[in-house]
Amino acid sequence: MYEHDVIVVGAGGAGLRAAIGAHEAGADVAMVTKLHPVRSHTGAAEGGINAALRDGDDWELHAYDTMKGSDYLGDAPAIETLAKDAPEDTITLEHWGMPFSREEDGTVSQRPFGGLSFPRTTYAGAETGHHLLHVLYEQVVKRGIQVYDEWYVMNLAVTDEPDPNDRTCHGVVAYDVQSGVVEGFKANKGVILATGGPGQAFDHTTNAVSCTGDGNAMAYRAGVPMEDMEFVQFHPTTLPSTGVLISEGVRGEGGILYNELGERFMFEHGYANNAGELASRDVVSRAELTEVNQGRGVEDEYVHLDMRHLGAERILDRLENILHLAEDFEGVDGLVEPMPVKPGQHYEMGGIETDENGETCISGLYAAGECACVSVHGANRLGGNALPELVVFGKRAGRHAAGEDLGEAEIETGYAEGVEEETDVDLPITPGEAGIEPTGADDVAADGSGQVADVDGVLARAVEAERDRVERLMEKDDGVPHAEIRAKLQKAMTADVNVFRNEEGIKRALRTIRECREEYRDVYVADPSRTFNTDLQMTYETRNLIDVAETIALGALVRNEFRGAHWRQENQERDDENWLKHTMISWNGGKPSIWYRPVILEGEEKTYEPKIRSY
Amino acid sequence: MSTQQQEQPEEPESQEAPTEQEMSGLSSPQQTRLQRKQEGLAQREQAARDAEPEEETAHLKVFRYDPEVEGKQEPRFDDFHVPLERGMTVLDALIYARDEFDPSLTFRHSCRQAICGSDAFFVNGSQRLGCKTQLSELDQPIRVEPLPHQEVVKDLVVDMEHFYDQMHSVEPYFQEEDLPAGDLEEQRQTRENREKVKMSTRCIWCAACMSSCNIAAGDNEYLGPAAINKAYRFAMDDREGEDIKEHRLRILEQEHGVWRCQTQFSCTEVCPKDIPLTEHIQELKREAVKKNLKFW
Repeated sequence: MYEHDVIVVGAGGAGLRAAIGAHEAGADVAMVTKLHPVRSHTGAAEGGINAALRDGDDWELHAYDTMKGSDYLGDAPAIETLAKDAPEDTITLEHWGMPFSREEDGTVSQRPFGGLSFPRTTYAGAETGHHLLHVLYEQVVKRGIQVYDEWYVMNLAVTDEPDPNDRTCHGVVAYDVQSGVVEGFKANKGVILATGGPGQAFDHTTNAVSCTGDGNAMAYRAGVPMEDMEFVQFHPTTLPSTGVLISEGVRGEGGILYNELGERFMFEHGYANNAGELASRDVVSRAELTEVNQGRGVEDEYVHLDMRHLGAERILDRLENILHLAEDFEGVDGLVEPMPVKPGQHYEMGGIETDENGETCISGLYAAGECACVSVHGANRLGGNALPELVVFGKRAGRHAAGEDLGEAEIETGYAEGVEEETDVDLPITPGEAGIEPTGADDVAADGSGQVADVDGVLARAVEAERDRVERLMEKDDGVPHAEIRAKLQKAMTADVNVFRNEEGIKRALRTIRECREEYRDVYVADPSRTFNTDLQMTYETRNLIDVAETIALGALVRNEFRGAHWRQENQERDDENWLKHTMISWNGGKPSIWYRPVILEGEEKTYEPKIRSY
Repeated sequence: MSTQQQEQPEEPESQEAPTEQEMSGLSSPQQTRLQRKQEGLAQREQAARDAEPEEETAHLKVFRYDPEVEGKQEPRFDDFHVPLERGMTVLDALIYARDEFDPSLTFRHSCRQAICGSDAFFVNGSQRLGCKTQLSELDQPIRVEPLPHQEVVKDLVVDMEHFYDQMHSVEPYFQEEDLPAGDLEEQRQTRENREKVKMSTRCIWCAACMSSCNIAAGDNEYLGPAAINKAYRFAMDDREGEDIKEHRLRILEQEHGVWRCQTQFSCTEVCPKDIPLTEHIQELKREAVKKNLKFW
């Protein structure tokens, strides 16, 4: 067994920043990651970090843009925290040596991004995430923070009180990928989940293969609500063959979208008469697909993104990485021809419900970054807001977990008395039921004998449960390979829970997800080896994807309105009267319930009034 | 099709697992499991080999080794015939082979867009990122092997510990001298200086350069091109100041530092991010001479 004050699961931007935050607050902190930190998916982020740094801009404008961008589904305390903390946290990165792009006077450059009323996206070429990831890792090395790399976290060690709000997280169970050893990691002060997004639930995604929603699924099964999972961002400019991201920076710098007829359709077909290509991502994604669906797409599949007119010098200065991506992955020279692009799954705006300090309803369990939903992005995330989210809330989660007082959180967490619960929705399946043996809270059953939890016992039982599960998977000689289930799940989600959605399709997806659960009962690990068994690891990940995909589809089914990234064929209007609320899905021991929590539109000094969102 | 690879899995069923496995603490049910699984694997692999190559396929010869699995303890190459699609990369082909033919085929990969640095392999005799290498530009059969000069953990996975140790040995973090007083005040850096360090900051730690370097192969203590480039990234960054630059040069001019480089350019040749590694090393040698430091 390993023991530390704070255990951070995942070592991308949020995890690294959380570890540094906890270390700064005096904790003995360790990171457990299935990759090595520099392999994390934050490295693929391109665009930049929004922060109000300049005269003429201020945090209130940033907060306002973010609230509008969220289609009034963000929580004001979270959004205001983001906008207020982002400037200092961004400059901290500069102080740590981050190679931001520079102005003539040596200050950091900022550029325009979709949905922003001020050019406040701070960037380092078109490879901001790469530099952010490496700078944060450098600081972790500098501080001598312990990193357990290539350790796959399989489950949380959480007590089993009936009400999740009474439970405590005491650590995690992880598996050393290189040796196959399953071991417990005890956290004396807290566990921080920073496991990134679940993009692999879809088959055309900008996300890395490692983005399998592990943290989401583990927290969900331990009893933490999943919030607003139906809000999946589809990025309008991904390469058609691979899903590789072409940064919004291209449009920020003046890149133009054309359909097959050479029409600048964002204007000519009236999708966004003011902002054009720089309308927010949901608007541009729908516009592109509408062009394709109406027969104006190139090869009936994509549209063109043209940056040639920007000139080689500017492209090489600010978007060089884009040239390499277009050439390596699509065989297109962006200096002489337009690039093919289409929408692809990009970002999960929902996630593990947390407050502004990163804490969940389970004592000692935190989440930050894309896996979390403190609710800054609401129904649609603005480009350039993911990186400030992970530094701001990563730092806060780390500090709070280490015991620093950050003040009382305004956002409530956990299932509460008197909340509105969904009872009459016609679900095609019983969610969560069948197919997968119970783990998590059930497996770590404390004896229920009283208030004082047997910490070592909770952890020991969790470890034992995972060792048994590995044994069962490895013992099985034949069955369904995880790759088959994963492919089926990804296809169903892309077919029916994509940019355009309707009730029939979502129900079809839910039925397929159910089939995947049934088939998963018969999943087996073909590789007999304990050494670097990726077959075993991917079998675990596939199970997590099933759980996460189900919450996405369930959220999409019940939210019968059109808001932000969530478009519903049956209902083409935003319905503020009924739907200014978050969709919450609680598993709690395999019995999922769907309930709602009102959006907090009241900020510190002002209240955000929902307005029609036009660009 | 090699005969050698077909023989090994066909050992008699009753044969006990070798004693080496007892050292790894495997109990006898595990040995039985291992054996059953190996038989299943052998059958699937055979089926994959027997499958008639379709018209448009890529023929891959992939290095296989697993210290724990009997049939793979002796390194071998397996043949995979993967249906060829336009734009397909070496990584795509490996994923296809794993997901469709043999779930035990093991390699690191994640972002599949040349930024995570985890899928550097030795492809047709050269260090390359699997995700960035189109099958169409390679002669068939395509040989895919683990990075040379690194210990093989299993199949295409190599032990990266030594590489990481070298990276960490150059104090790979910014060491500022005078930060601006305000929390909201950034340091100033000229565009020229950012341009100067730009290429060096692009390193993705894939270890292709280290694996291609003859000197690193013969001298385990040599810092190697990646670590020296990491040091360059800081030493040339004006924000750090002269004192720390001198400290960095002292690390670099040690016995196993920059002077070991024999300018063979193999690192520069294989770098998937086009970092002029050899040039950076030479520049640091010049800096060290300018600072009048002793050299070996």
